[in-house]
Amino acid sequence: MGRNMLDTSVSLDLSGDRRRLRRERTIRWLFLSAGVFTILVSVAIVLSLVGEAVTFLQSIASEIDEGLGSLIADGWFPRRDRFDLRTIIWHTLAVSIIAMLVATPLGLGAAVYLSEYAKPGVRRVLKPVLEILAGIPSVVLGYFALRFITPDILRNLWDGTQQSNLMAAGIGVGILIIPLVSSVSEDAMQAVPRALREASYGLGAKKWHTSLRVVFPAALSGIVASLILGLSRAIGETMVVAIAAGATGGSLLQLNPLYGGQTMTGAMASLAIGSDQVAGGVAAFQSLFFVGLLLFLMTLVLNIGSERLVRRFRQRY
Amino acid sequence: MSTRLEPSPVMVESAVSTGAASASPALPETAPVIFDIKGLNVYYRDFHAVADTDLDIHQNEITALIGPSGCGKSTVLRCLNRMNDLIDGARVEGKVLYHGIDLYGPAVDAVEVRRRIGMVFQKPNPFPKSIYENIVFGPKVAGWKANLDDLVEESLRRAALWDEVKDKLDNSALDLSGGQQQRLCIARAIATSPDVVLMDEPCSALDPIATYRIETLMRELKERYTIVVVTHNMQQAARVSDRTAFFSVNVGENGQRTGRLVEYDFTDQVFTAPSLKETEDYITGRFG
Repeated sequence: MGRNMLDTSVSLDLSGDRRRLRRERTIRWLFLSAGVFTILVSVAIVLSLVGEAVTFLQSIASEIDEGLGSLIADGWFPRRDRFDLRTIIWHTLAVSIIAMLVATPLGLGAAVYLSEYAKPGVRRVLKPVLEILAGIPSVVLGYFALRFITPDILRNLWDGTQQSNLMAAGIGVGILIIPLVSSVSEDAMQAVPRALREASYGLGAKKWHTSLRVVFPAALSGIVASLILGLSRAIGETMVVAIAAGATGGSLLQLNPLYGGQTMTGAMASLAIGSDQVAGGVAAFQSLFFVGLLLFLMTLVLNIGSERLVRRFRQRY
Repeated sequence: MSTRLEPSPVMVESAVSTGAASASPALPETAPVIFDIKGLNVYYRDFHAVADTDLDIHQNEITALIGPSGCGKSTVLRCLNRMNDLIDGARVEGKVLYHGIDLYGPAVDAVEVRRRIGMVFQKPNPFPKSIYENIVFGPKVAGWKANLDDLVEESLRRAALWDEVKDKLDNSALDLSGGQQQRLCIARAIATSPDVVLMDEPCSALDPIATYRIETLMRELKERYTIVVVTHNMQQAARVSDRTAFFSVNVGENGQRTGRLVEYDFTDQVFTAPSLKETEDYITGRFG
């Protein structure tokens, strides 16, 4: 342009720099396609699940002797065309309940301690340590449950504990989700304004009163969210249950958590790997997708339910 | 600001029983001392926030703490109910005698202190609970078992809020206006039957009408309670307080700003004939 820096005449070309506008458009397009790609992958996964699941239901309805009755047959033995869903659903619930019984008190306790009680120095050390726990691969926790929790703890408490059992798997999964529960709920408690704590202390409340009657209720929506996230994770957790709950090849409905049994994810894993591996085209293979679809629906319902709960418990502050 | 509310029967009764005068000019010099602060120094880690402050707070009076930002007036206020304990690295030296007992003595529990010395904060901070639950929070954590309905009504009446909220005690406190929220916070503070109420710039987040109502309320409340108020508003200090403490800032050689009390007297005296040029400059707006 060669315009004098001090020239005060105003340029009326307001159309903007072409190259800059083109760059803006390109960047916008890149981000958009990344978003669209993710959505497409999700849709494709759901469609493939639904497709194979429908094929599975059709095949057991027409080809297998007991028809849809095989969905409530004796036990889950896919290679013998026995697909009792109650077995694996119950085992999944048992493991998840045990996991939540472990993770709720420990996770929330740790969160209250870190948020309300720990001195800043202690907190700076403990919080990262807790987050390291979140980084432990689940396969390691699986072996920890199998090689430590079962022989050194459960067998000392109850003699008849099987080598593989739902209890050890549940405890392992519980340990796995403690960091998730504690860090999400600790964030929620930290977000409670200081003014509310001061109001409470100013009225002569002790620390535990302030924590439990003011901070905890104000953070309840985040705390509920952390528990539901933990539960979804427990239901979907595969490696720990595949290693510690055992029962390859299928399992009978097992009400006693000290005995081994396959969960939904454990059943899928054993169908997909190792000696139980099945190839396409048979009902056992397609059952894998059917179970997968069920899992997906369970976590979907949980997530939608949690949205509602969170909105209901939300305290503005 | 010449308007005065008709004193309520409760006020007359308590004025008679405590023998406190209601008008500032006729204030007895001998009002009993509630707080006797001696050689107070407050530090936040290495930062020396308040230096060498001596101050007497008298019963059933309103004492205003004024001064420029960073002069330590809020810090001094928060020493009176040990709210500074909540700040990591805060350290208090000197004596804060409350009815002759050192609040920072070894056998004193801050929780007990705060039940007797209530506090109202700069921004209204009601709990996100119902109006009723806000009032009964303090009594409940103190373990009171009596019928709390009467206490709620009495506290709200004293805070001049009862008529506005009596039909919606179960509504969220957050549905109230800012001025109502602040009066609720005052009601909540007096529900634990304190004998002192500390107020940290209680009107700075309120509009002029809400401010006027709080000031009227403060004058009513001093018949029963001793009030210490921090304010940035000179007119407010002049309007409501009996005594005024003026704090100033010393800037040290390393740039540290340390507050100290420089003038303390009856409010009329401080505002009409301050003994220091610095005070006069501040209250007339030539400074700060």
